[in-house]
Amino acid sequence: MADNRPLSPHLGIYRWQITMTMSILHRATGVALAVGSLALIWWLVAAGMGPQDYAQVQSFFGSWFGQFLLWGWTFSFFYHLCNGVRHLCWDAGWGFEIKTLYITGYLTWVVALALTGFTLWSVYGGAA
Amino acid sequence: MSFRNPLGTARGLGSAKSGVAHWWGQRVSALALIPLGLWFAGSVVKLVHADYVVVLVWLHIPGVAVLLSLFLVTLLYHAYLGVQVVIEDYVHTEWLKIATLLIIKFACILFGAIGVFTALRVAFGA
Repeated sequence: MADNRPLSPHLGIYRWQITMTMSILHRATGVALAVGSLALIWWLVAAGMGPQDYAQVQSFFGSWFGQFLLWGWTFSFFYHLCNGVRHLCWDAGWGFEIKTLYITGYLTWVVALALTGFTLWSVYGGAA
Repeated sequence: MSFRNPLGTARGLGSAKSGVAHWWGQRVSALALIPLGLWFAGSVVKLVHADYVVVLVWLHIPGVAVLLSLFLVTLLYHAYLGVQVVIEDYVHTEWLKIATLLIIKFACILFGAIGVFTALRVAFGA
């Protein structure tokens, strides 16, 4: 279908909006979590193999790079979860008004960051 | 250049048939992953500082084996459906697109099988 019919405007000339950042971030966190599912299976398999293998995986996730990955996946998980609920609401036909769209958008950020913070606190601080 | 518009070319070919199944599969697995994901996240937080033996005891609980298996299968199914759309959107060479999709699909099934097998093997006490 290579013809000269007009296309919708290219991303480059759109004014920046939080909604488009949130949309692309939903995708990015989804892909990150797909990779994270492999790490989860690696952890499980190591636990099934024995204490030495498990200790090896634990020490990797204890390193700064491992911690960096885990916190990335933690935020990705909560962001994708909250924004996913937002998507399910849209699928049910709710929340398309521009005002509601922005309110739920900011709400997603607040809840995702709060849950990430709570998890961080649970692991390093109070509950441990 | 053809003066038939794209709609005219597409009309009469019928629907893509399987498109709705993908849409529903993604939504229903998303819904299932809300409780399963929160359960897993909560469990991991409790196990972060735990000894190996504590993790093994946890994996031996029958309910954990069932939930963990369901979580893994649903997670990889949902991940495949999501990554599939990303590949379809950005990979425009037909053979490369199909090859990538097949590799990712086989990888998801393989890792899912490994994960569920491990969960059950540990639960049954190997």
